[in-house]
Amino acid sequence: MPTKLSRRDFLRVCAGTTAAISLSGFLAPFMKEAVAAGAPPVIWIQGASCTGCSISLLNTVHPDIQKVLTEVISLTYHPNISAAAGDLAIKEAIYGVAEANPGNFFLVVEGAVPTGANGHFCMVGEENGEPIVFEKLVKDIGGKAKAILNFGTCSSYGGIPATPPNPTECVPVSQVVKDVPCINVPGCPPHPDWMVGTIAHVLLYNDIPELDSYGRPKMFFNTIIHDNCQRRQYFENGIFAKTFGDPGCMLELGCKGPFAHCDATNRMWNNGTNWCVKCGAVCIGCTEPQFPGWPMYERMPEMPVGSATSVTADQVGMAVGGLAVLGIAGHLGGNILTGRIGPHKEKDEDVKVGEN
Amino acid sequence: MAKIIVDPVTRIEGHLKLEVEVENNVVVDAWTSGTLWRGMELIMQGRDPRDAEQIMQRICGVCPTGHATAGILALDDAFGIEPPPNGRIIRNLILGSNWVQSHILHFFHLAALDYVKGPELAPFKPRYEADYRLPADINEQAVAIYLEALTIRRKAHEMLAIWGGKMPHVQAIVPGGVSEVPDTSKIYRFLSLLEEMQAFIEQKYIPTVKAVAGVYSDWFSIGTGCMNMLAFGGFPQEEGMDHVKKKKHFPAGTYIRGQFAELDTAKITEEVTYSWYKDDTHGNTPDVSVVTPDAEKKGAYSWMKSPRYNGEAMEVGPLARQWIAKNPDVAALGKQAFSVMGRHFARAIETGEIAKAMKEWVLQLEPGQPVCTPHKLPTKEVVGVGLCEASRGALGHWHRISSDGRTMVYNAVVPTTWNSSPRTGEGASAVRGPMEQAIIGTAVADPANPVELVRIIRSMDPCYGCAIHVMTPDKKTISQFAIN
Repeated sequence: MPTKLSRRDFLRVCAGTTAAISLSGFLAPFMKEAVAAGAPPVIWIQGASCTGCSISLLNTVHPDIQKVLTEVISLTYHPNISAAAGDLAIKEAIYGVAEANPGNFFLVVEGAVPTGANGHFCMVGEENGEPIVFEKLVKDIGGKAKAILNFGTCSSYGGIPATPPNPTECVPVSQVVKDVPCINVPGCPPHPDWMVGTIAHVLLYNDIPELDSYGRPKMFFNTIIHDNCQRRQYFENGIFAKTFGDPGCMLELGCKGPFAHCDATNRMWNNGTNWCVKCGAVCIGCTEPQFPGWPMYERMPEMPVGSATSVTADQVGMAVGGLAVLGIAGHLGGNILTGRIGPHKEKDEDVKVGEN
Repeated sequence: MAKIIVDPVTRIEGHLKLEVEVENNVVVDAWTSGTLWRGMELIMQGRDPRDAEQIMQRICGVCPTGHATAGILALDDAFGIEPPPNGRIIRNLILGSNWVQSHILHFFHLAALDYVKGPELAPFKPRYEADYRLPADINEQAVAIYLEALTIRRKAHEMLAIWGGKMPHVQAIVPGGVSEVPDTSKIYRFLSLLEEMQAFIEQKYIPTVKAVAGVYSDWFSIGTGCMNMLAFGGFPQEEGMDHVKKKKHFPAGTYIRGQFAELDTAKITEEVTYSWYKDDTHGNTPDVSVVTPDAEKKGAYSWMKSPRYNGEAMEVGPLARQWIAKNPDVAALGKQAFSVMGRHFARAIETGEIAKAMKEWVLQLEPGQPVCTPHKLPTKEVVGVGLCEASRGALGHWHRISSDGRTMVYNAVVPTTWNSSPRTGEGASAVRGPMEQAIIGTAVADPANPVELVRIIRSMDPCYGCAIHVMTPDKKTISQFAIN
């Protein structure tokens, strides 16, 4: 599927290094072209979710969601948007499209997959008087997809419903469908650009973007909140907010920015209006696989000091509970520490212009 | 007797199945089934109670602000604190902005396609083909507004994010107030977006509802329901520790069998006769209601419990709120208010009301003044109660915290659980949920295209994310729950 947009340019746009061009606005014409040239259809299904990922997608800007829906993505089914209901939805819009395009459609999954009680915690339809459970739908449809796009932390890693004691035995999609490539676009919810950008990549290049070790597209998830935070200077100066509404670094009030990967610091939310730490709240680490496995409003028990060179030992000791420990809480373990924390620069992507 | 099954019902939040029995094309009985359960409240147990603010709003991505509000009121109540005026006002602006977003999304993007014929392409096709009556020019206009409404609701989220940090799932609501501080640039940006909202509401939303209602005027007598109304009241307008009794912009109250009365939360019970939970908690008040899931339970057909008020099924939502507030436009409809179109009309009118009110509130903010009261985790066992009005109706959170500052019990009784509850009682004395009552008696012209049924369901703006994810299923791990 040839496109005039080189993958290098694509990555630059997604990473926000091209100033003043909104992601989806820039991509839309290329995607429109790709869809017109017969890009694979997209089916979107929801399991143990809150619909927040879908609502977040609706917040895409330039072009509005209307363009995304009618021109950019060939979205054949979406549970909140589709006019179809009942059998029309299940038989035609989901199974029908999957069977007509085996191996040549993309499946978006929103929500975790409940496996307890034979899957009866989430029933998504009915066939011959028997409920179709979400687990079966994911296996049936996911198994035929070219790739699965897990939108949100729930489908990517289990998320909120899979939190101990995991009452419905929720698992991420990758544990249910093992032989189809998965792209994880976590976030609770994900930023619309992360979702539109990922869909754009698969449609334009018919290929999955480069992923980190947690299956996240590097173009969105290779920076750490703390490194780029507008409140970083407070940290360097040892100024820590003690009550919400105070100026200062939010570490004392529970901020998880030092280990959370995403680009909300620069991209910001809701058309550049605000984001979690800018509004004086804390980062809760919602893009990480272990989310929400930590207290949100308690200071991280341990944290890396990183490049905090201008704070005195006393200040850091006061703030982070001990200079000696250069790690993060035990349950996050080494996989985050090993080279993932602190300043790290990706090598310039070695991609060929015009590569498909 | 023929059966019609609509599963899944789409363009709602969450998972719903509807089953009805029809005789001579008229519905004689109905069963609404919530078909997803996540056990959100169980996930809260043993956690830092403040996490409820983040965890519980993830019950629902359409109206997380309702849960954020009820959850934080319960925490404030438990901690014995309340926000300074700036904090109270900003919380009201956050919740009000999402009402605007949610109501516009609901009418245009969830409900309108039942009346307005969408463009001839996916995902607007396939659809139930039935009874599209709008004249071509009005239909065309409505489709244009459908598309414009996508932009408007996005901007309502931007308006919210000025104070809330981001949306969906707002960050800035914290115990004792909010984290975002007011300044003039935020106030002006909010006002300018709000004026755009108001123009849309007055010039597009309300007129479209009126145009649809004019052509579908028979729908003012379809989907009547139980005619019992319940509101917890929303948008506090004064300081004072007891948030349940505070003066609110939309008042609390009940309307049962034609009589208005004050709200008495002690009359709320939760029943599980036809729910997939063991019977041992049947009839308990929500403060002690602790259920065990039983997916094999005989006769059960829903993951939802059945909240009742003094044994009565109660409808909640914009209609209930505005009926209890005696809004003149809604009251003027008389009995016709209790209908599919009455609900759409009340929702539209209310959207205008809240936008107008927010314009006053935002100018009451005082830059430089505090937004938040500091809190301490409790050192003795406490229970916090948070009652508010989510966009879809009366919402209550009950939160019990242990003396070592951990969550012991969490319970949320949510709008759709009221509206879409399964029946209680047996045989002739069974009390069906408001939605089931609204569906029974409806004529279905073409059982293969049961557009009538989904119109009734969507008029109540059900949200199954809220309704079913929120029960506490494992009795043995939970201590007895009682309000102190």
